[in-house]
Order: sequence, then C-alpha cells, then structure tokens
Amino acid sequence: MAADVSTARAALEGVPREPGAPKPDPIVKGSNITRTFGGLTAVDVDHIEVQRGVITALIGPNGAGKTTLFNLLTGFDEPDQGEWDFNGTSLGKVPAYKVARLGMVRTFQLTKVLSKLTVIENMRLGATGQRGEKFFSAAFKSLWSAQEDDNTKRADGLLERFKLDAKREDFAGSLSGGQRKLLEMARALMVDPELIMLDEPMAGVNPALKQSLLGHVKSLRDEGRTVLFVEHDMDMVRDISDWVIVMAQGKIVAEGTPQSVMADQRVIDAYLGAHHDTDITEVDIAEIEAEADAELDEETRE
Amino acid sequence: MHLRPATLLTAILAGLILLAPVTANAATTPTPSPTATGAPEANPIVDGQNITVTLKDLKGGKGEAVPVPGVSLTVLKDSKTGEEIGTQVTDQAGRVSIAIPGNGVYVITLDKDTLPEGVELSGGESDLTITARLGGSNFATFPIGAAVADKVAFTEKLTNSIVAGLKKGLIIALAALGLSLIFGTTGLTNFAHGELITFGAIITYMFNRGFGMPVLAAGVLAIVVSAAFGWAQDRGLWRPLRSRGTGLIAMMIVSIGLALLMRSIFQYTFGSSTQTLTQYVAQPRTDYGPVSLSDKEIAIFGISIVAIVIVCIGMMTTRLGKAMRAVSDNPALSASSGLRVDGVISAVWILGTALTGLAGVLLAINDQVNFQMGFKLLLLVFAGVTLGGLGTIWGALVGSIVIGLIVEVAPVIELWGVHPVPASIKDVGALVVLILILLVRPQGILGRAQRIG
Amino acid sequence: MDIGTIVDAAFSAALGPQAIVFAIAAIGLNVHFGYTGLLNFGQAGFMAVGAFGLAVSVVTWDLPFWLGLVIAMFATVVLALVLGVPTLRLRADYLAIATIASSEILRLVFGAVEFKETFGGSNGLTGFARTYQSLNPYDGGLDIGVVSFSRNDLWSITVGWSIVALGCLLIWALMRSPWGRVLRSIREDEDAVRSLGKNVFAYKMQALVLGGIFGGLAGVFHVLKQASAVPTDFNTTFTFYAYAALLMGGAARVLGPVVGSVLFWFLIAGLGSFFSQATGGTDPLIPASIMTDTQASLVRFIVLGLGLMLLMILRPQGIFGDRREIAIDGR
Repeated sequence: MAADVSTARAALEGVPREPGAPKPDPIVKGSNITRTFGGLTAVDVDHIEVQRGVITALIGPNGAGKTTLFNLLTGFDEPDQGEWDFNGTSLGKVPAYKVARLGMVRTFQLTKVLSKLTVIENMRLGATGQRGEKFFSAAFKSLWSAQEDDNTKRADGLLERFKLDAKREDFAGSLSGGQRKLLEMARALMVDPELIMLDEPMAGVNPALKQSLLGHVKSLRDEGRTVLFVEHDMDMVRDISDWVIVMAQGKIVAEGTPQSVMADQRVIDAYLGAHHDTDITEVDIAEIEAEADAELDEETRE
Repeated sequence: MHLRPATLLTAILAGLILLAPVTANAATTPTPSPTATGAPEANPIVDGQNITVTLKDLKGGKGEAVPVPGVSLTVLKDSKTGEEIGTQVTDQAGRVSIAIPGNGVYVITLDKDTLPEGVELSGGESDLTITARLGGSNFATFPIGAAVADKVAFTEKLTNSIVAGLKKGLIIALAALGLSLIFGTTGLTNFAHGELITFGAIITYMFNRGFGMPVLAAGVLAIVVSAAFGWAQDRGLWRPLRSRGTGLIAMMIVSIGLALLMRSIFQYTFGSSTQTLTQYVAQPRTDYGPVSLSDKEIAIFGISIVAIVIVCIGMMTTRLGKAMRAVSDNPALSASSGLRVDGVISAVWILGTALTGLAGVLLAINDQVNFQMGFKLLLLVFAGVTLGGLGTIWGALVGSIVIGLIVEVAPVIELWGVHPVPASIKDVGALVVLILILLVRPQGILGRAQRIG
Repeated sequence: MDIGTIVDAAFSAALGPQAIVFAIAAIGLNVHFGYTGLLNFGQAGFMAVGAFGLAVSVVTWDLPFWLGLVIAMFATVVLALVLGVPTLRLRADYLAIATIASSEILRLVFGAVEFKETFGGSNGLTGFARTYQSLNPYDGGLDIGVVSFSRNDLWSITVGWSIVALGCLLIWALMRSPWGRVLRSIREDEDAVRSLGKNVFAYKMQALVLGGIFGGLAGVFHVLKQASAVPTDFNTTFTFYAYAALLMGGAARVLGPVVGSVLFWFLIAGLGSFFSQATGGTDPLIPASIMTDTQASLVRFIVLGLGLMLLMILRPQGIFGDRREIAIDGR
C-alpha cells in the first residue's frame, strides 16, 4: 500500500499550483457547483478534483463555504446547479445514504455520536449490508446473529486501534470531545469507505489527543484510503496533508502543496482579510481553547 | 425543583375561584309566529309511530326561520297513488303529526294551493318520499325559502361567505398573532393556545353574566385578565422550564397537559353547555350594498383590524417591538448584545395572550361561549400561522385571513354539480390546505427558506 | 364510602377492554415516538381507519367479517404510506401538526352527514361484530371480588390481552435487533445515520407503518368490544391520552405502553369512582356547593392534565424508564 501512497504523492508533483487543477488520478471531480442561501452565495466552485490515495486539506477563513461544499458533495444539501462524480459515478441528486454506500463517508464538524447508545452499539451501527437491519428478518435472531458477531469483532478491532476499547460499554454521551471525534472516525471506518471526509477533526480536541488523532488520520491514508478534511489548524494542515485546496467566499482561490500554498500571496490575503475584518476567528479560537481546558479538567478529575 | 409549584397552583386556584360564581343561565328569546286563519292552534305529536313534518320559511337564511301554518299535508303509503293514511293542516308552529301503521315507505304530498301568499316551495317538488324506520316520530321537512338564496345565486352566496370568511380570518389572525409571537421568541409549539381563546371568552362571560357588567366592560377586563394570565403562565411555568433546559418536544407535551388541565377546569366551572352573553345576541342585519352586516359584525371587523394595525405598527416602530423581533431572529445573539431576553419574552407572553384573549372575546360576542370553543379553533390557528410561515407576523396575519376565507368560501364552491367540501365539515378544506402547505412550502407563503447546517 | 367499589372499578378498568385499546394504540405510538422519535399526533386517525375499514366492509359493502379485518389492516397500511411519503421529511413539530390535521380530517369525513350512506354519519355504524361475538367461548361473566367482567368483556379481554402479549413479543424481538438499533439512532440524529449509508426515510416509513398497524388494530378492537363504530371516539384527545399513558409507563420500553395504560385506567377509574361516591348519596362527603356529581366526573381529567405536565417536567423517562436511554429533548 505504501507504494501507492508514494506514487500518488509523486504524481501530485507535476500538478500545476492553480485553482481547479486537474489531477492524474482523481477520485472526485466536480464542476460549476453553486449554492446560494437567500441572496448570499455560499459556494461557487468552477472546478475541483481530489487525488486518490492522498490526504487533501480544504482550508479557508470562516464562511468560505467549506462545510457547505462538504454537504453538497455528500448529498446532505442540494446545490442550485453543478455536477460532480465519485469514481466516475455521477452524484447529482443522489441521496446522502447512497453516497455513503458508494464509499464516500463523512464526519461532522459538531460530532454526531449517538449519545444514548453505547460505544460498541455506535460502532455496530456503522456496518453495512446487515441482514438484521431488514424489517422482515429483524425479528428472528438466528438470521442475523452470526453476522452481528463478525461485525462486533471488527468493531472491537477498530476500538482497540483508536484506544476506545476501555469505553466499549459506556454511553457515547459520556465521552470527551476528542474521544467523540475518534469514535466518529472509527464508526465511519465500519462502512469501509474509499474516501473519508473529515469536517474539522481537530475542533474541540485537547492538545494531548491531537498528536494521536494526527497519527490516526495518516494511518487512514497508509492503508490505502483517500482523506479529504476541512481544518482551521494550520499546524495540522502543514503536518499531514499532501495537497491543499484553499477556499474563500465560496470560491477556490488557490491549490498546491502545503509549502507552496502557505507562501501564496492570495492565501495570505484571504486569511488576513478575514482576520482584519472580523474578530470572529479570535472568538472561535478562544472558545476552542476554553473547551479544551474544560476537557482537560474533566479528564484529570476522572 | 426549579419550578415554582406555588406560583402555578396559585394561578390555577385563582382561575377556579374566579370562575366559581358563574352559574349557567342561558337566555333564548322565542320569536312570535304570525297567525294564519284556518290553521289549528297546535297539532300534538301523535303517540306511537308517526310522521311529523314542520314547515318553516327559512327566508333565504336571513333572520329567523318562520313557521308556515295552515298548509294541508297528506301522507300516503308506498307511492303518490297509494293508500291515504291521513291528512292534516299545519298548526301555528308549522307542524303536522300523522300516525302511521308501521315501518315502510311513505309519500308526503303538500297542497301548494294552501301555501300563504308569497311563500313558495324552494325545490318546486310538492311531494317527498321517506322510509319510516323509527318507532316514534319520523321527521321530514319541505324546503321553503331556502331556494330564494339558491336562485339569488351564487354571487350573493359568495359575497356573504367572503364576508363571513374575512370575519373568521380576522378573529383567527388575532389568536395566530399571539401564537406566532410566542413561537417566534420561545420556539414553543403551544397546544394550550386554544384554551387561551376560551379563557378570554369565559372571563367575559363571567364578568357579564356573573357580575352583571355590560359586555364591553367585561370584554376589556377579560383582555386584561388574559394578559395577566399570560404573564403568570410564563413566570410560573415556561420560564423555569426554559432555564432548566427542557427540550422543545418536552415543552410541547407539557403544553398538551396544560391544555387538558385548562379545558377540564373550564368544563368543571363553566359546564358543558353553550351559553350566550346578555347583549348583542341576535342582531338584525342591515344591507350595505352587496353585503348585509349586523352592527356587532361591523364592530368585530373594526376592533380586530385596529388591534392588528396597532400591533404591527408597534412591532415595527417601538423599542420593545424591535426587541421582540430581534429575539425572534436570534435569541442567543440578542442576549449577548445586552438585551434582557427574559423580559422581552415576558412582554411577548403578555401581548400574545392579550391578543388571543381578544379573539376569545370577539368570538363570544359573535357566537356563543363554550368550554371547548378555542380547542375547536386551534387547528385553524395553527393552519393560519403555518400557511404564513411559522414565527413571522405578517405571515400569521395573511395566512389566517386566507384560512378564514377557505373555511367559509370552500363549501360554497360547486364543481361539476358536486361540492368538493361538504358544508357540514367545512374545516376540512382548511386542514387539507394546512397539510399541503406543510408539504410543499413548510416555511409558509411569506417565510424564507432556512439555512441548513 | 365503599372502598370495595372503588377498588373494583379501578382494577376492572385497569385490566378491562378500554385499557387494552389504549395499550395497543400506545404500543404503536411507542414505535413511532418512543423508538423512532416520530411525533405522530394522529394515532386516532389510524384507529378510525382500522375501525371504519372493518365496519364499512361488513355493514355497507356486506363483505364477510374476516375479509373486513384484512381490509381494515390494509387501509391502515395505505394511510401510513399516503401520510408518510410526504410528511416524514418534515421537522418534528410540522409532522405533529400534519398528522393531527389528517386525523381530524378523517374524523370529520367519517362523521359527515353528506357521507351518511357509507359511514353512517355521526351515529356511526353497528352490526359488524356478530362473528366476533359468536366466537365467545364463555358461558357467563366473572366476578372474583376485586374485579368483575361481563361475559362480553371477558371475551374481549381474552382476545385483547393476547394481542397485547403478541405485540410486546414482536416489539421486543424487533427492538433488540440491528433494525431497532437503526430506529433508536434515527431518534437521536438522523444525519448521523444517513452518513453511515442507511436509508433513513425507508426506516421511518417502516416504523410509521408498523405503529400505524397497531393503531388500526386498536381501532378494530375498540369497535369490536363495544360493537359500534362512532366517529367521535376517534378525536385528538384520544391521541393525547394515549401519549399520557405511554409517557407514564416510559417511552422506548417494551412494556412501557402496557404498564402506562393499565396505570392510566386504574387512576382514571379509581378517581372517577372515588369522587362519584364522595359527591353522591344523601349526605355526600363533598357538599354539592363545592362539587356536584357532574363535576366529580371531571376531577380525574384535571388530575390527568396536571399529571401529564408534572410527569414531563419531573420524570420525562416515565415511572420506570431510564433517563440515560430516552431522548425526549432536542428537535
């Protein structure tokens, strides 16, 4: 697998550092995607391609339309216009659950763990093709118990990998913010996706957990999956991404390797512009820090 | 427990005590019937199996129906040419009662020549076939005077129903404004809102019948009491629930409990029967061009329009109004920008329940008072608010008037000889519209689509 | 004051046919609201369709009883589909209003004088229960002191509790399965479930149909036990009472709706009997100036309304529920 990663990364070397640049082996391709809310244009993307087998970061100031683009690509929102495909399958108007079944699974900015279910039940829910989820076979345990055991085994393996095995029987609602992010990621892996889309995996995670989360994201790529993630944390972007796409005001303004993007004047403008105009980002940072502190307190108490 | 049970209990007890002295005492004025020569004084209803017919001139639905005495009616077995069972002339109450030998088909024929001057059968048919199944009286009737309206036509029926619809719509709008204000600021889908309408009506009745006040004074007091009740309800129940973070669905179910509680208390204290106020009960209508209105109807139009206009202007111009709209748009932001959200919500409850109480007062004057009058209107209020867009003031207003019109006008509409909305269940039309709106445009005709995620 | 009569009334009602109607309807609501989070306020509509499906088939169309039963169940499924296709995509409070409106439409249409030929108008229909009654194997009623039932009631409670037992067994089997897990997950966060590749709409529809079938069964049983189908029985208040029963017993518990319905009727009948005795007779315990006997019959509904409020505020998980597992908050 590692060979695939290096070839994929190597292939990116020849890609022009331009917005909407074509990739040698794209897993996702989209054109002319727009979405407006009232009079406000949230997303207006001319062209986007995501390279297979690498980690791509989607960055941009608040309100750049990153999450909206995520919602559109995964079928959680409908665009005004636009077309995109995944592995050559066109996904316009395809409902979210079918997108997930095709192998394109996302997580959420505000984690959506099912807090009234236990951790292991959360994991089992992720498994696909369950006979026991069909109405007419559900009432007869013998029809699905063997498959359920297999899924549980797989889930336990993932829990161990994400260091959540100690929390197996706890209600997911009792987990800390970072653990929730881990659980959501592990649960998404139960679907066995080809492309995993992480919406701000580091938001609200305390610094102690960050390193291990970074490791987990890299391991996703190393086992052959494609990762697309939205992030504000520049250190993380620099640290793990192979390619960076920058959005501002709904448009893609720059693309390139992390080093080239960080040096790009358009990116600096986009970010500084946002920082100059509002102090919302600062509020956000303060909030995230406060959250992390609270979490640390909680964990030391335990 | 954060809830103040004492406050709640006091409010309920106060309600009970206030209502206790009300005693049922309905007043109905019998209408004197014109005497006709040759008509018997009274035809008693025959003991045993019989056919009883009462002839009344419906006067096209305007004013009271008047009995038609002195008309000769004959009952025949099986068909018009069958065996004659009996003949009788209608009495002063317009009634005949003829004994029949048993179950079966009977034909009643009416002698048109004996009809008084100017009175005509509406359908034109002078005989009627009925099947007697009941052991006692089998009732039948000939339509008289109803056809006048039928012939006078669709346009007049339409105008009358439009006027009735506007009136209903305005009353719904008052209650809907209240509901919409409260929903907008607190997110509460209040199933007890219908009972707030009833509350206004019953308090009016209490001051009017119980303490002998004129209806107008009683109505004004009822609005004040409604407003006070709204304030107390928010302070004693909803605010504590909000502050302990109760979910919206849980609050919705609490409001269902409150609705059951209030309705039962109304029934307990007020009784199950329908009562009238002392004044403005049956008023004659005057013709104004194409429409005819009674004085109280004109007053209802005037009062509701003035109230709505004042509220709308107030919401647009005053500080409090702007604060209410701000909280409605974004409570968290309003709170962080220094607005006293709880104070604004208190004001919203006071204003909302006062408007809803006013709706109850007007409804009591227009119709009568009953312990479930508001409950019966609740779905129409929901329909009005939803149609216009939940939480928007103009929406609630326009939506309610449209709903009022649909309720009254829909039964008049006839397509290919069929009434799509039967007159006996005229609310159905509005409820169908409610569902359709929820499906097609849940943000309402005037609402904006919300941003998701 | 005769304590024996009060106890008899309370126990007879708690185990009697009316409590069974509530239990079956509330099992359906438990599937809708308790497990899936669907705020169906139109359970009375499902009952009405079941009830009139049977009554119209047998009385108006002259079809055999058993075929009538099949038609009744089929009609409730059709109602669930017709209602579900458009409304299941709505927000919780919109769904509540849409379902309440549709159940009112059904009640009004069934009671309309214009459709008297088919549905019997406000008096409803009778004469469809003969087959049901002729199957009654009992010779007489039952009176063992604390409870007493007539011969007809004895047959109805035999049939009714059997339906309840089978229903609970089915719900238990379904809710421990992965299918039940998907429903409970939808109740909490449908987007999360969607993101894992589950067709949320299909699951909600299955839940709506399943719960609706229980509603239809409750309606059929209701009209069979009293041998007449009257439109006003299926008003919105019934749905609210069934919710009260469900919440009392605990939503999202297999036995919650059953325990709740039994408790509900125990309290309603017990309070009714107590206040009727307290105000009846020549020298009533409560003088008529404070409470007449008509008013006495209303006290229980006042208590019920207050009880539902306090229950929701103090113990939203019901008397036996586990707070960590039930989510009656959020949108």
